[in-house]
Amino acid sequence: MPDATLLDQVKDFANRADPYPVYAKLRQHPVSRQDDGTEAGTWVASTHGTIASLLQDPRVSSETLPPADRPRTGNPLTDLIVKPLKDWMMDRHRVFIFRDPPDHDVLRASVMHQFSRERIQAMRVRSERLVADLLDEKRDAREIDAVDDLAYPLPVTVICELFGVPREDEPKFHGWATQLATALEPDSLSDTEIRAANSRTFDAIGGYMADLIKDKRRHPQDDMLSGLANESTPTGAKMGDYDLIATSILMLVAGHETTVNLITNGLLTLLRHPDELERLRRDPGRAPRLIEELLRYEPPVQFRTRKTLSAIDIAGVTIPEGADLVLLLASGNRDAAVFPDPDRFDPDRAGIRHLGFGGSLHYCVGAPLARFEAEAALTALAGRLKAPRLIEDPPPYRSGAALRGPEHLRVAIDGIA
Amino acid sequence: MAQGSTTERAVVVGAGLAALRGAEAMRAAGFTGPLTLVGAEPYRPYDRPPLSKHVLAGEIRADATTLPSSLGADVEWQLGRSVTRLDRESRTLHRADGGTVPYDRLLIATGTRARPWPNPHEGRLSGVFTLRGRDDAAALRAALAAGPRRVLVIGAGFIGCEVASLCRQLGLPATLVEPGPTPLGRVLGSTVGAFIGAILEGRGVDLRHGSEVEWLEDEGGRFVRAHLTDGTRIDADVAVIALGAVRNTEWLDGSGLSADPGGVDCDAAGFVLDTDGQPDPRIAAAGDVARFPHPLYGGRRVALEHWSHAVMQGIHAGQLLAGAKPEGPYAGLPTFWSTQGDVVIKSAGLTEGADAVAFTQGEPGSGRFIAVYGRAGRCIAAVSVDSARWLPAYAELVAAGAPFPPQGAAADRPSKGIMVLAPGFP
Amino acid sequence: MSTPADASSGSPPGLRVCVDLNLCQAYAQCCYAAPRHFRIEGHEALFYDPAPAAQDRADIERARVACPVQAIRVEDPGQAS
Repeated sequence: MPDATLLDQVKDFANRADPYPVYAKLRQHPVSRQDDGTEAGTWVASTHGTIASLLQDPRVSSETLPPADRPRTGNPLTDLIVKPLKDWMMDRHRVFIFRDPPDHDVLRASVMHQFSRERIQAMRVRSERLVADLLDEKRDAREIDAVDDLAYPLPVTVICELFGVPREDEPKFHGWATQLATALEPDSLSDTEIRAANSRTFDAIGGYMADLIKDKRRHPQDDMLSGLANESTPTGAKMGDYDLIATSILMLVAGHETTVNLITNGLLTLLRHPDELERLRRDPGRAPRLIEELLRYEPPVQFRTRKTLSAIDIAGVTIPEGADLVLLLASGNRDAAVFPDPDRFDPDRAGIRHLGFGGSLHYCVGAPLARFEAEAALTALAGRLKAPRLIEDPPPYRSGAALRGPEHLRVAIDGIA
Repeated sequence: MAQGSTTERAVVVGAGLAALRGAEAMRAAGFTGPLTLVGAEPYRPYDRPPLSKHVLAGEIRADATTLPSSLGADVEWQLGRSVTRLDRESRTLHRADGGTVPYDRLLIATGTRARPWPNPHEGRLSGVFTLRGRDDAAALRAALAAGPRRVLVIGAGFIGCEVASLCRQLGLPATLVEPGPTPLGRVLGSTVGAFIGAILEGRGVDLRHGSEVEWLEDEGGRFVRAHLTDGTRIDADVAVIALGAVRNTEWLDGSGLSADPGGVDCDAAGFVLDTDGQPDPRIAAAGDVARFPHPLYGGRRVALEHWSHAVMQGIHAGQLLAGAKPEGPYAGLPTFWSTQGDVVIKSAGLTEGADAVAFTQGEPGSGRFIAVYGRAGRCIAAVSVDSARWLPAYAELVAAGAPFPPQGAAADRPSKGIMVLAPGFP
Repeated sequence: MSTPADASSGSPPGLRVCVDLNLCQAYAQCCYAAPRHFRIEGHEALFYDPAPAAQDRADIERARVACPVQAIRVEDPGQAS
């Protein structure tokens, strides 16, 4: 077993509350090889320039998932015939964050076609209403958990309404989403137990989505799933059923597991910077800038993984062909070469070219929703919470290193206006 | 020149993009003295790219294109006044209206004008247009809105192709006449140009390559049809002359500066050169009119008519005139974009002198692809068609002079692999 | 798309917007932030309103800050910067 590398320290739960000092050490070498016991090693890009460059490099692939290998059941018929078929189908219909063009582009274009400006604008208005209602429910409380009371239910309701998932089915997604989100944590890909659990979960959620899609075909509604199931893009593209199921699962899981961190990290950061909280309270027009700075300072997705298709010379090193890459987005966001005084939270800094939503072909599809939801939530929290105080700092964190955020965020208040 | 010596007077001749960004850069770099911009047109600096697109489409008005600016009230604007002569000895500019403007530091940013139709009488016919300025765009827009039977576009460079595509978007019949074998052949070569031609034809443009207009027929002072050299006649109500641009350097005649219709010469720093090849440290030039040695291309002298170049070189020249020490020679990677209807063509680097072109991403036949240009085994330019997110990776290869063609496996390679072809330059 | 025609009718001075289309990579974040002022045609052709009215300043600001490549420049004469 090699010594604990800096990448191991990033993954180490002990560093979850504050991984930034580890990132700073990594940045001493813009691209570094981290010993993982394999010959190629895992290569970490930690500076803004190298991450931005690799994100847009055609020699870098997003097809990082190992071949599907569903757990055996012991039933020979299933294991010899059904399993290989299902594995083959899984591999052919990966969600598009794990695919390269041209397939990626076709799938993504279908989603973007349904992700219309009108639909997102409607969700902007809806987010404001939902936030108001959620806070009204806690009107007389003297303590809230920002996660359970607002940051989780808001994006979950929004994504379910957007996709047309019936409200009463929504609780089923909580466990499914948490399980499937582990696919973004690098170590889970080599952990057979996690992979088996993911297969089971994918079957469960896939079965549910298949039924829902049938329903959307029989009774189309004004929602994204109905649109994806029944309409083509202007260039005539239309998803097959397996891609449609995989894509809906991706969107629903992303809706459950990411924006929650943006909102929670946002409130946490504001409570640690009371002057900014007060400024936002007085001037909600500061919210868009503040949210971009948050996406730089505490991004909900800390890193993404890739693979090299060819050797790449970068920043004085050569990443070999077939190497695993970790693009440490949250570290690039703290690169002093791009952001002076990078560890300072400063919404007034000019031109925040953060990597919080990734970049290039795989730039976060849900970014506009995340921004509107965060704006609705943070302006309402700043405006309505009376004398908010953090009860625990740091708060307890969820396990993920890639999808990083507090498990709970308890805040003492003197009521809600 | 000492920074902040406020008695010095700075003048910018020209009031376009390079002039504006140059003036802003002077202020940003600490120049606090009197600053005057002298422009031949009666307008504050405006953005030209929308003129051949959404202004012609009638979606925005020509006067909506005024550029955002950080210049304050401490700037004097002399608009609608053209400068006809530069006297370097007395450091005086002479205007057409007889007025004079003294300067201590001068930025030359007079840009270009549309190359006129060679027959002046035909060029003045009602229905014959060029497209360079705001007024040109407003006039052509009015003519397109009147619903002409057909629009004839002469010259398939970027402006010509944009106008022809735009006419198709408006549902107007459009004929594009080009003497070369394909559209955009001079800039992109005929290999890539052929794919652009196919896209244009797919949008319904009547493309006549290998053809030349001999004369424009006058019927009572109106243009009614064009006669091609092969005897073909094209009936149309509107003719758009898109034969490129002429640099505005006539006013420099007699100034002792090295200037001709190809531009005014500058040294590597950006100062203009006199006819003996000596820099004048009081005068810099920027934008379309400046011809300078480009370090990326072996010091070859180039004058670039690109939007981003006007911005970058304008800023560079402004800093230079404010007294800021340049970090090195101006070496911005040339980039441009063109929107043909709803198709976006972008480029990084200069294709001139390319001996090969390689299709490295996408599928040329599908209308979305990357083409990389090579010269002597090095990447010198890259062009994206509806594939802008790939282009920055190629811009890095061009800036680094990476080996051509790019090697190795990559996502989104053409189904037949990388194709290396002759670029097809004349 | 708003027109700047009312500039003379006593309304507050409008904004000036310019997008560096060399930088633009059609992420379309501006189109979601300010849908009345930005739109994508085809795969990646951005069309924008260079002269939005002053009352649309909040959406234009959202678009400006959300641009992943920071390609949007805004001048707002009605707002001290």
